[in-house]
Amino acid sequence: MSVLESIGTGVIDRLAYVGGLTNQFVQGFVALPRVLPLLGTRGRWQAAIRQMYAIGVAALPMIAIVAACAGCILAIQSATVLNKLGALQLVVNIVVIAFTKELGPLLTATVVSGRSGSAFSAEIGTMVVTEEIDALRTMAIDPIELVLAPKYIAAMIVVPCLTIMSSFFGILAAGAFMYISAHMTFPIYFQYVTQAIVLHDVFTGLLKSLVFSTIIVQVGCMEGFRVAGGPEAVGKSATSAVVKSTLLVIFADLLITAVFYMMGTN
Amino acid sequence: MTEPIISIRDLTVSYGGRRVLNGVTLDVQRGEVIALLGASGSGKSTMLKHIIGLAKPDSGTIHIKGVDINRCSARELRAIRRDLGVAFQGSALFSSMSVEENIQLPLRELTTLSDPVIEIMTYIKLASVGLGEAGKMMPQELSGGMKKRAAVARATALDPEILIFDEPSAGLDPIVAAELDELILFLKRAFHMTVVIVTHEMASAFRVADRLAMLYMGSLIAVEGKETFSASSDPRIRQFLDRKPQHIAESESVQRRLRALVSLTGATE
Repeated sequence: MSVLESIGTGVIDRLAYVGGLTNQFVQGFVALPRVLPLLGTRGRWQAAIRQMYAIGVAALPMIAIVAACAGCILAIQSATVLNKLGALQLVVNIVVIAFTKELGPLLTATVVSGRSGSAFSAEIGTMVVTEEIDALRTMAIDPIELVLAPKYIAAMIVVPCLTIMSSFFGILAAGAFMYISAHMTFPIYFQYVTQAIVLHDVFTGLLKSLVFSTIIVQVGCMEGFRVAGGPEAVGKSATSAVVKSTLLVIFADLLITAVFYMMGTN
Repeated sequence: MTEPIISIRDLTVSYGGRRVLNGVTLDVQRGEVIALLGASGSGKSTMLKHIIGLAKPDSGTIHIKGVDINRCSARELRAIRRDLGVAFQGSALFSSMSVEENIQLPLRELTTLSDPVIEIMTYIKLASVGLGEAGKMMPQELSGGMKKRAAVARATALDPEILIFDEPSAGLDPIVAAELDELILFLKRAFHMTVVIVTHEMASAFRVADRLAMLYMGSLIAVEGKETFSASSDPRIRQFLDRKPQHIAESESVQRRLRALVSLTGATE
Protein backbone atom coordinates (compact mmCIF):
# COMPACT_ATOMS: atom_id res chain seq x y z
CA MET A 1 0.00 0.00 0.00
CA SER A 2 2.80 2.39 0.84
CA VAL A 3 4.43 2.00 -2.60
CA LEU A 4 1.13 2.93 -4.23
CA GLU A 5 0.74 5.78 -1.75
CA SER A 6 4.17 7.16 -2.55
CA ILE A 7 3.57 6.92 -6.29
CA GLY A 8 0.25 8.68 -5.83
CA THR A 9 1.76 11.39 -3.65
CA GLY A 10 4.59 11.83 -6.15
CA VAL A 11 2.22 12.26 -9.08
CA ILE A 12 0.02 14.68 -7.15
CA ASP A 13 3.06 16.70 -6.06
CA ARG A 14 4.34 16.98 -9.62
CA LEU A 15 0.92 17.94 -10.95
CA ALA A 16 0.65 20.51 -8.18
CA TYR A 17 4.04 21.88 -9.21
CA VAL A 18 3.04 22.22 -12.85
CA GLY A 19 -0.29 23.72 -11.81
CA GLY A 20 1.39 26.16 -9.47
CA LEU A 21 3.87 27.15 -12.17
CA THR A 22 1.07 27.77 -14.68
CA ASN A 23 -0.90 29.74 -12.10
CA GLN A 24 2.16 31.84 -11.30
CA PHE A 25 2.83 32.42 -14.99
CA VAL A 26 -0.71 33.69 -15.56
CA GLN A 27 -0.60 35.92 -12.47
CA GLY A 28 2.78 37.29 -13.53
CA PHE A 29 1.53 37.95 -17.04
CA VAL A 30 -1.57 39.73 -15.71
CA ALA A 31 0.63 41.87 -13.44
CA LEU A 32 2.90 42.98 -16.30
CA PRO A 33 0.86 46.09 -17.29
CA ARG A 34 1.39 47.42 -13.75
CA VAL A 35 5.17 47.36 -14.25
CA LEU A 36 5.22 49.49 -17.39
CA PRO A 37 6.92 52.90 -17.23
CA LEU A 38 4.07 55.38 -17.55
CA LEU A 39 0.98 53.23 -17.22
CA GLY A 40 2.09 51.16 -14.25
CA THR A 41 2.18 51.61 -10.47
CA ARG A 42 4.85 53.99 -9.25
CA GLY A 43 8.19 52.47 -8.41
CA ARG A 44 7.69 49.28 -10.39
CA TRP A 45 9.47 50.38 -13.54
CA GLN A 46 12.47 51.56 -11.47
CA ALA A 47 12.57 48.11 -9.90
CA ALA A 48 12.48 46.60 -13.39
CA ILE A 49 15.40 48.77 -14.49
CA ARG A 50 17.45 47.66 -11.48
CA GLN A 51 16.69 44.07 -12.45
CA MET A 52 17.72 44.75 -16.04
CA TYR A 53 21.10 45.80 -14.72
CA ALA A 54 21.45 42.77 -12.46
CA ILE A 55 20.23 40.18 -14.99
CA GLY A 56 21.61 41.70 -18.18
CA VAL A 57 24.36 44.26 -17.86
CA ALA A 58 26.16 42.49 -15.04
CA ALA A 59 26.06 39.21 -16.97
CA LEU A 60 27.71 40.65 -20.08
CA PRO A 61 31.35 39.92 -19.15
CA MET A 62 30.57 36.27 -18.47
CA ILE A 63 28.45 35.97 -21.62
CA ALA A 64 31.24 37.52 -23.68
CA ILE A 65 33.87 35.15 -22.30
CA VAL A 66 31.73 32.02 -22.58
CA ALA A 67 30.57 32.86 -26.10
CA ALA A 68 34.06 33.79 -27.30
CA CYS A 69 35.51 30.54 -25.98
CA ALA A 70 32.67 28.51 -27.48
CA GLY A 71 33.09 30.29 -30.79
CA CYS A 72 36.82 29.58 -30.86
CA ILE A 73 36.31 25.94 -29.90
CA LEU A 74 33.65 25.43 -32.56
CA ALA A 75 35.82 27.10 -35.20
CA ILE A 76 38.85 24.99 -34.28
CA GLN A 77 36.95 21.70 -34.22
CA SER A 78 35.12 22.29 -37.49
CA ALA A 79 38.24 23.65 -39.17
CA THR A 80 40.13 20.47 -38.34
CA VAL A 81 37.65 18.44 -40.38
CA LEU A 82 36.87 20.95 -43.12
CA ASN A 83 40.54 21.61 -43.84
CA LYS A 84 40.88 18.01 -45.04
CA LEU A 85 37.95 18.59 -47.41
CA GLY A 86 39.45 21.85 -48.63
CA ALA A 87 36.35 23.78 -47.56
CA LEU A 88 37.79 25.93 -44.78
CA GLN A 89 35.54 28.91 -45.45
CA LEU A 90 32.53 26.80 -44.45
CA VAL A 91 33.71 27.22 -40.87
CA VAL A 92 32.06 30.64 -41.03
CA ASN A 93 28.72 29.13 -42.02
CA ILE A 94 28.90 26.57 -39.26
CA VAL A 95 29.70 29.12 -36.57
CA VAL A 96 27.07 31.58 -37.76
CA ILE A 97 24.27 29.03 -38.02
CA ALA A 98 25.19 27.27 -34.77
CA PHE A 99 25.31 30.50 -32.80
CA THR A 100 22.24 32.24 -34.18
CA LYS A 101 20.04 29.16 -34.00
CA GLU A 102 21.29 27.28 -30.96
CA LEU A 103 24.44 28.25 -29.10
CA GLY A 104 23.50 31.89 -28.63
CA PRO A 105 20.18 31.24 -26.87
CA LEU A 106 21.35 28.11 -25.05
CA LEU A 107 24.62 29.48 -23.66
CA THR A 108 22.87 32.68 -22.62
CA ALA A 109 20.12 30.70 -20.89
CA THR A 110 22.67 28.59 -19.01
CA VAL A 111 24.59 31.64 -17.81
CA VAL A 112 21.46 33.57 -16.83
CA SER A 113 19.98 30.53 -15.09
CA GLY A 114 23.11 30.05 -13.01
CA ARG A 115 23.52 33.72 -12.19
CA SER A 116 20.00 35.01 -11.87
CA GLY A 117 17.79 31.93 -11.50
CA SER A 118 19.55 30.93 -8.29
CA ALA A 119 19.58 34.56 -7.09
CA PHE A 120 15.80 34.81 -7.54
CA SER A 121 15.06 31.66 -5.59
CA ALA A 122 17.50 32.54 -2.81
CA GLU A 123 16.16 36.09 -2.50
CA ILE A 124 12.50 35.10 -2.52
CA GLY A 125 13.15 32.03 -0.36
CA THR A 126 14.80 34.20 2.28
CA MET A 127 11.85 36.60 2.13
CA VAL A 128 9.52 33.66 2.76
CA VAL A 129 11.56 32.49 5.75
CA THR A 130 11.65 35.96 7.33
CA GLU A 131 7.87 36.35 6.77
CA GLU A 132 8.40 39.33 4.43
CA ILE A 133 6.13 37.71 1.84
CA ASP A 134 3.44 37.22 4.50
CA ALA A 135 3.87 40.87 5.51
CA LEU A 136 3.30 41.93 1.88
CA ARG A 137 0.11 39.87 1.70
CA THR A 138 -1.26 41.35 4.92
CA MET A 139 -0.61 44.81 3.46
CA ALA A 140 -2.74 43.84 0.45
CA ILE A 141 0.33 44.05 -1.80
CA ASP A 142 0.58 41.25 -4.34
CA PRO A 143 4.02 39.62 -3.97
CA ILE A 144 3.84 38.51 -7.61
CA GLU A 145 3.43 42.11 -8.74
CA LEU A 146 6.11 43.55 -6.45
CA VAL A 147 8.71 40.81 -6.70
CA LEU A 148 8.16 38.66 -9.79
CA ALA A 149 6.75 40.99 -12.45
CA PRO A 150 9.71 43.45 -12.53
CA LYS A 151 12.10 40.51 -12.89
CA TYR A 152 9.97 39.02 -15.64
CA ILE A 153 9.72 42.12 -17.79
CA ALA A 154 13.42 42.85 -17.24
CA ALA A 155 14.38 39.32 -18.30
CA MET A 156 12.19 39.47 -21.41
CA ILE A 157 13.98 42.65 -22.47
CA VAL A 158 17.61 41.84 -21.63
CA VAL A 159 17.89 38.11 -22.31
CA PRO A 160 17.24 38.49 -26.07
CA CYS A 161 19.80 41.31 -26.04
CA LEU A 162 22.30 39.03 -24.29
CA THR A 163 21.54 36.32 -26.87
CA ILE A 164 22.44 38.68 -29.71
CA MET A 165 25.60 39.71 -27.84
CA SER A 166 26.62 36.10 -27.29
CA SER A 167 26.21 35.32 -31.00
CA PHE A 168 28.22 38.45 -31.75
CA PHE A 169 31.10 37.48 -29.47
CA GLY A 170 31.06 33.88 -30.67
CA ILE A 171 31.27 34.91 -34.32
CA LEU A 172 33.93 37.52 -33.50
CA ALA A 173 36.07 34.96 -31.70
CA ALA A 174 35.75 32.54 -34.64
CA GLY A 175 36.89 35.41 -36.87
CA ALA A 176 39.98 35.86 -34.73
CA PHE A 177 40.73 32.15 -35.16
CA MET A 178 40.26 32.35 -38.93
CA TYR A 179 42.66 35.30 -39.03
CA ILE A 180 45.29 33.48 -37.03
CA SER A 181 45.03 30.11 -38.77
CA ALA A 182 43.88 30.90 -42.32
CA HIS A 183 45.00 34.54 -42.46
CA MET A 184 41.48 35.55 -43.39
CA THR A 185 41.27 39.31 -43.01
CA PHE A 186 38.33 40.79 -41.16
CA PRO A 187 36.64 42.47 -44.15
CA ILE A 188 36.55 39.12 -45.97
CA TYR A 189 35.39 37.32 -42.82
CA PHE A 190 32.67 39.90 -42.31
CA GLN A 191 31.54 39.41 -45.93
CA TYR A 192 31.28 35.65 -45.43
CA VAL A 193 29.37 36.19 -42.18
CA THR A 194 26.80 38.47 -43.81
CA GLN A 195 26.34 35.94 -46.58
CA ALA A 196 25.88 33.11 -44.06
CA ILE A 197 23.42 34.82 -41.72
CA VAL A 198 19.82 33.90 -42.31
CA LEU A 199 17.36 36.33 -40.71
CA HIS A 200 14.95 33.51 -40.05
CA ASP A 201 17.61 31.81 -37.90
CA VAL A 202 18.15 34.99 -35.91
CA PHE A 203 14.41 35.21 -35.24
CA THR A 204 14.24 31.57 -34.20
CA GLY A 205 17.09 32.23 -31.79
CA LEU A 206 15.30 35.26 -30.34
CA LEU A 207 12.05 33.33 -29.98
CA LYS A 208 13.94 30.64 -28.08
CA SER A 209 15.56 33.25 -25.85
CA LEU A 210 12.13 34.67 -24.94
CA VAL A 211 10.87 31.20 -24.01
CA PHE A 212 14.05 30.46 -22.05
CA SER A 213 13.87 33.73 -20.12
CA THR A 214 10.27 32.95 -19.16
CA ILE A 215 11.31 29.52 -17.90
CA ILE A 216 14.24 30.86 -15.88
CA VAL A 217 12.24 33.61 -14.16
CA GLN A 218 9.17 31.47 -13.43
CA VAL A 219 11.09 28.45 -12.13
CA GLY A 220 13.49 30.61 -10.10
CA CYS A 221 10.67 32.52 -8.43
CA MET A 222 8.55 29.40 -7.96
CA GLU A 223 11.33 27.62 -6.10
CA GLY A 224 11.70 30.68 -3.89
CA PHE A 225 7.99 30.93 -3.06
CA ARG A 226 7.84 27.22 -2.22
CA VAL A 227 10.57 27.38 0.44
CA ALA A 228 9.49 25.98 3.78
CA GLY A 229 12.04 25.86 6.57
CA GLY A 230 15.31 27.62 7.18
CA PRO A 231 18.63 28.34 5.50
CA GLU A 232 19.05 24.76 4.31
CA ALA A 233 15.75 24.95 2.46
CA VAL A 234 16.83 28.21 0.82
CA GLY A 235 20.05 26.60 -0.35
CA LYS A 236 18.20 23.61 -1.75
CA SER A 237 15.80 25.90 -3.57
CA ALA A 238 18.69 27.65 -5.31
CA THR A 239 20.09 24.32 -6.51
CA SER A 240 16.62 23.19 -7.53
CA ALA A 241 16.00 26.38 -9.47
CA VAL A 242 19.14 26.01 -11.57
CA VAL A 243 18.67 22.28 -12.17
CA LYS A 244 14.97 22.51 -13.07
CA SER A 245 15.33 25.57 -15.27
CA THR A 246 18.30 24.10 -17.14
CA LEU A 247 16.35 20.89 -17.80
CA LEU A 248 13.21 22.75 -18.86
CA VAL A 249 15.26 25.02 -21.12
CA ILE A 250 16.78 22.09 -22.97
CA PHE A 251 13.38 20.39 -23.28
CA ALA A 252 11.88 23.58 -24.63
CA ASP A 253 14.77 23.90 -27.06
CA LEU A 254 14.11 20.39 -28.36
CA LEU A 255 10.41 21.10 -28.63
CA ILE A 256 10.82 24.34 -30.57
CA THR A 257 13.45 22.84 -32.86
CA ALA A 258 11.22 19.82 -33.53
CA VAL A 259 8.21 22.02 -34.25
CA PHE A 260 10.14 24.14 -36.74
CA TYR A 261 11.55 21.01 -38.34
CA MET A 262 8.12 19.47 -38.79
CA MET A 263 6.74 22.73 -40.12
CA GLY A 264 9.45 22.45 -42.75
CA THR A 265 10.86 25.88 -42.01
CA ASN A 266 13.96 24.68 -40.18
CA MET B 1 -25.02 45.27 21.74
CA THR B 2 -22.75 46.39 18.92
CA GLU B 3 -21.46 43.83 16.48
CA PRO B 4 -18.01 42.54 17.35
CA ILE B 5 -15.28 43.72 15.02
CA ILE B 6 -13.75 40.24 14.77
CA SER B 7 -16.00 37.23 15.02
CA ILE B 8 -14.52 33.73 14.99
CA ARG B 9 -16.85 30.74 14.93
CA ASP B 10 -15.85 27.08 15.29
CA LEU B 11 -12.42 27.56 13.79
CA THR B 12 -10.96 24.12 13.16
CA VAL B 13 -7.50 23.58 11.68
CA SER B 14 -5.46 20.42 11.20
CA TYR B 15 -1.92 20.06 9.93
CA GLY B 16 -0.92 16.67 8.60
CA GLY B 17 -3.52 14.76 10.59
CA ARG B 18 -2.83 16.67 13.80
CA ARG B 19 -5.65 18.83 15.15
CA VAL B 20 -4.14 22.26 15.89
CA LEU B 21 -7.29 24.29 16.55
CA ASN B 22 -10.45 22.72 17.89
CA GLY B 23 -13.63 24.64 17.17
CA VAL B 24 -12.40 27.96 18.57
CA THR B 25 -15.11 30.58 19.01
CA LEU B 26 -14.22 34.14 20.00
CA ASP B 27 -15.63 37.64 19.65
CA VAL B 28 -13.40 40.68 19.78
CA GLN B 29 -15.21 43.92 20.55
CA ARG B 30 -14.34 47.16 18.84
CA GLY B 31 -11.82 49.22 20.79
CA GLU B 32 -10.75 46.52 23.22
CA VAL B 33 -7.32 45.06 23.80
CA ILE B 34 -7.42 41.29 23.98
CA ALA B 35 -4.42 39.13 24.85
CA LEU B 36 -4.20 35.63 23.38
CA LEU B 37 -2.25 33.46 25.77
CA GLY B 38 -1.13 29.90 25.64
CA ALA B 39 1.78 27.55 25.98
CA SER B 40 4.07 26.86 23.02
CA GLY B 41 2.22 24.62 20.61
CA SER B 42 -1.22 25.59 21.91
CA GLY B 43 -2.21 26.99 18.52
CA LYS B 44 -1.82 30.74 19.10
CA SER B 45 0.34 31.42 16.04
CA THR B 46 -1.93 29.28 13.85
CA MET B 47 -4.94 31.19 15.10
CA LEU B 48 -3.22 34.47 14.34
CA LYS B 49 -2.32 33.35 10.83
CA HIS B 50 -5.94 32.53 10.17
CA ILE B 51 -7.25 35.79 11.61
CA ILE B 52 -5.03 37.79 9.28
CA GLY B 53 -6.15 35.67 6.36
CA LEU B 54 -2.87 33.97 5.47
CA ALA B 55 -4.34 30.48 5.72
CA LYS B 56 -7.73 28.87 5.20
CA PRO B 57 -9.22 26.75 7.98
CA ASP B 58 -10.64 23.26 7.58
CA SER B 59 -13.96 24.54 8.87
CA GLY B 60 -15.39 27.51 10.71
CA THR B 61 -15.70 31.17 9.82
CA ILE B 62 -13.83 34.36 10.59
CA HIS B 63 -15.73 37.60 10.14
CA ILE B 64 -13.86 40.88 10.25
CA LYS B 65 -16.11 43.94 10.25
CA GLY B 66 -18.93 41.72 9.11
CA VAL B 67 -17.09 40.25 6.11
CA ASP B 68 -16.27 36.53 5.93
CA ILE B 69 -12.61 36.77 4.98
CA ASN B 70 -12.44 33.28 3.48
CA ARG B 71 -15.44 33.69 1.20
CA CYS B 72 -15.26 37.30 0.12
CA SER B 73 -14.03 38.80 -3.14
CA ALA B 74 -10.43 39.91 -3.67
CA ARG B 75 -11.53 43.55 -3.57
CA GLU B 76 -13.30 43.11 -0.22
CA LEU B 77 -10.25 41.32 1.17
CA ARG B 78 -8.02 44.20 0.09
CA ALA B 79 -10.32 46.67 1.85
CA ILE B 80 -10.25 44.58 5.04
CA ARG B 81 -6.45 44.31 4.90
CA ARG B 82 -6.16 48.09 4.70
CA ASP B 83 -7.78 48.27 8.12
CA LEU B 84 -5.61 45.53 9.57
CA GLY B 85 -2.10 46.31 10.76
CA VAL B 86 0.15 43.38 11.60
CA ALA B 87 3.44 43.40 13.50
CA PHE B 88 5.09 40.01 12.99
CA GLN B 89 7.10 38.15 15.58
CA GLY B 90 10.33 38.46 13.63
CA SER B 91 9.45 42.01 12.56
CA ALA B 92 9.48 40.93 8.90
CA LEU B 93 10.98 44.26 7.82
CA PHE B 94 11.84 44.34 4.14
CA SER B 95 15.60 43.89 4.17
CA SER B 96 16.15 45.55 0.80
CA MET B 97 14.65 48.85 2.03
CA SER B 98 15.55 51.37 4.72
CA VAL B 99 13.35 51.81 7.80
CA GLU B 100 11.60 54.82 6.26
CA GLU B 101 10.99 53.00 3.01
CA ASN B 102 9.47 50.14 5.00
CA ILE B 103 6.94 52.52 6.58
CA GLN B 104 6.36 54.29 3.28
CA LEU B 105 5.58 51.12 1.35
CA PRO B 106 1.97 50.66 2.53
CA LEU B 107 1.41 54.41 2.17
CA ARG B 108 2.72 54.42 -1.38
CA GLU B 109 0.90 51.28 -2.42
CA LEU B 110 -2.48 51.77 -0.83
CA THR B 111 -2.98 55.54 -0.84
CA THR B 112 -2.77 58.28 -3.44
CA LEU B 113 -1.01 60.70 -1.10
CA SER B 114 1.80 62.81 -2.55
CA ASP B 115 5.44 62.18 -1.66
CA PRO B 116 5.90 65.14 0.77
CA VAL B 117 2.79 64.09 2.72
CA ILE B 118 4.02 60.51 2.86
CA GLU B 119 7.39 61.66 4.17
CA ILE B 120 5.75 63.69 6.93
CA MET B 121 3.48 60.81 7.92
CA THR B 122 6.43 58.42 7.97
CA TYR B 123 8.34 60.71 10.29
CA ILE B 124 5.34 61.01 12.61
CA LYS B 125 4.95 57.23 12.80
CA LEU B 126 8.66 56.71 13.45
CA ALA B 127 8.76 59.43 16.08
CA SER B 128 5.78 57.90 17.88
CA VAL B 129 7.77 54.71 18.42
CA GLY B 130 10.95 56.55 19.28
CA LEU B 131 12.74 55.91 15.98
CA GLY B 132 12.59 59.44 14.63
CA GLU B 133 16.33 59.53 13.92
CA ALA B 134 16.61 55.98 12.57
CA GLY B 135 14.73 56.48 9.31
CA LYS B 136 17.68 56.10 6.98
CA MET B 137 19.06 52.98 8.67
CA MET B 138 18.73 49.55 7.11
CA PRO B 139 16.92 46.78 9.05
CA GLN B 140 20.18 44.84 9.44
CA GLU B 141 21.65 47.74 11.42
CA LEU B 142 18.88 47.84 14.00
CA SER B 143 18.84 46.22 17.42
CA GLY B 144 16.08 43.75 18.32
CA GLY B 145 14.05 46.36 20.15
CA MET B 146 14.38 48.86 17.33
CA LYS B 147 13.25 46.27 14.80
CA LYS B 148 10.13 45.52 16.82
CA ARG B 149 9.36 49.22 17.12
CA ALA B 150 9.86 49.71 13.39
CA ALA B 151 7.46 46.82 12.77
CA VAL B 152 4.88 48.52 15.00
CA ALA B 153 5.38 51.81 13.13
CA ARG B 154 4.80 50.02 9.84
CA ALA B 155 1.72 48.25 11.19
CA THR B 156 0.19 51.60 12.21
CA ALA B 157 1.20 53.41 8.99
CA LEU B 158 -2.31 53.44 7.56
CA ASP B 159 -3.97 54.10 10.96
CA PRO B 160 -5.76 50.78 10.87
CA GLU B 161 -8.79 49.93 12.97
CA ILE B 162 -7.38 46.61 14.07
CA LEU B 163 -3.82 45.98 15.18
CA ILE B 164 -2.41 42.49 15.50
CA PHE B 165 0.81 41.88 17.44
CA ASP B 166 2.58 38.56 17.39
CA GLU B 167 4.73 38.32 20.54
CA PRO B 168 5.56 42.04 20.78
CA SER B 169 7.77 41.74 23.88
CA ALA B 170 9.60 38.55 22.99
CA GLY B 171 13.35 39.02 23.28
CA LEU B 172 13.15 42.59 24.57
CA ASP B 173 14.65 43.95 27.75
CA PRO B 174 12.06 44.91 30.41
CA ILE B 175 12.38 48.67 29.81
CA VAL B 176 11.79 48.44 26.06
CA ALA B 177 8.99 45.93 26.68
CA ALA B 178 7.34 48.38 29.07
CA GLU B 179 7.67 51.15 26.46
CA LEU B 180 5.91 48.96 23.92
CA ASP B 181 3.14 48.29 26.44
CA GLU B 182 2.72 52.05 26.89
CA LEU B 183 2.55 52.45 23.13
CA ILE B 184 -0.21 49.86 22.84
CA LEU B 185 -2.21 51.60 25.57
CA PHE B 186 -1.67 54.94 23.86
CA LEU B 187 -2.91 53.59 20.53
CA LYS B 188 -5.99 52.19 22.18
CA ARG B 189 -6.83 55.40 24.04
CA ALA B 190 -5.96 57.89 21.32
CA PHE B 191 -7.23 56.09 18.24
CA HIS B 192 -9.68 53.57 19.72
CA MET B 193 -7.80 50.83 17.92
CA THR B 194 -8.78 47.26 18.55
CA VAL B 195 -5.64 45.35 19.50
CA VAL B 196 -5.08 41.61 19.48
CA ILE B 197 -1.83 40.56 21.14
CA VAL B 198 -0.46 37.06 21.05
CA THR B 199 1.90 36.73 23.96
CA HIS B 200 3.08 34.64 26.83
CA GLU B 201 4.51 37.56 28.77
CA MET B 202 2.07 37.64 31.68
CA ALA B 203 3.22 41.03 32.96
CA SER B 204 2.57 42.72 29.60
CA ALA B 205 -0.72 40.92 29.13
CA PHE B 206 -2.05 42.01 32.50
CA ARG B 207 -0.82 45.54 31.92
CA VAL B 208 -2.45 46.24 28.58
CA ALA B 209 -5.29 43.79 28.04
CA ASP B 210 -8.98 44.32 28.79
CA ARG B 211 -9.63 40.62 28.36
CA LEU B 212 -7.42 37.57 28.30
CA ALA B 213 -8.13 34.51 26.17
CA MET B 214 -6.26 31.31 26.88
CA LEU B 215 -5.63 28.53 24.39
CA TYR B 216 -4.78 25.05 25.62
CA MET B 217 -3.93 22.34 23.08
CA GLY B 218 -6.03 23.97 20.40
CA SER B 219 -9.10 24.78 22.46
CA LEU B 220 -10.11 28.10 23.97
CA ILE B 221 -10.49 27.34 27.67
CA ALA B 222 -11.09 30.83 29.04
CA VAL B 223 -11.98 34.33 27.90
CA GLU B 224 -12.10 36.55 30.97
CA GLY B 225 -11.28 39.95 32.36
CA LYS B 226 -8.10 40.38 34.36
CA GLU B 227 -9.53 39.79 37.86
CA THR B 228 -11.55 36.70 36.93
CA PHE B 229 -8.59 35.28 35.03
CA SER B 230 -6.07 35.71 37.81
CA ALA B 231 -8.51 34.24 40.33
CA SER B 232 -9.23 31.19 38.15
CA SER B 233 -9.06 27.77 39.75
CA ASP B 234 -8.63 25.88 36.45
CA PRO B 235 -5.37 23.89 36.92
CA ARG B 236 -4.20 24.56 33.37
CA ILE B 237 -4.59 28.31 33.84
CA ARG B 238 -3.03 28.16 37.29
CA GLN B 239 -0.01 26.30 35.93
CA PHE B 240 0.44 29.02 33.33
CA LEU B 241 -0.03 31.86 35.80
CA ASP B 242 2.06 30.40 38.59
CA ARG B 243 4.87 29.34 36.23
CA LYS B 244 4.79 25.73 37.37
CA PRO B 245 7.03 23.57 35.16
CA GLN B 246 5.61 20.43 33.60
CA HIS B 247 8.17 17.89 34.72
CA ILE B 248 10.42 18.62 37.62
CA ALA B 249 13.85 17.04 37.21
CA GLU B 250 14.42 15.67 40.66
CA SER B 251 17.95 16.19 41.78
CA GLU B 252 18.05 12.71 43.40
CA SER B 253 17.22 10.87 40.17
CA VAL B 254 19.76 12.96 38.22
CA GLN B 255 22.44 12.17 40.80
CA ARG B 256 21.58 8.47 40.69
CA ARG B 257 21.96 8.49 36.92
CA LEU B 258 25.28 10.32 37.10
CA ARG B 259 26.60 7.81 39.65
CA ALA B 260 25.52 4.93 37.44
CA LEU B 261 27.28 6.48 34.43
CA VAL B 262 30.45 7.14 36.41
CA SER B 263 30.57 3.53 37.69
CA LEU B 264 30.05 2.23 34.14
CA THR B 265 33.10 4.04 32.87
CA GLY B 266 35.09 2.75 35.84
CA ALA B 267 36.35 6.20 36.77
CA THR B 268 36.73 7.07 40.42
CA GLU B 269 34.37 9.66 41.85
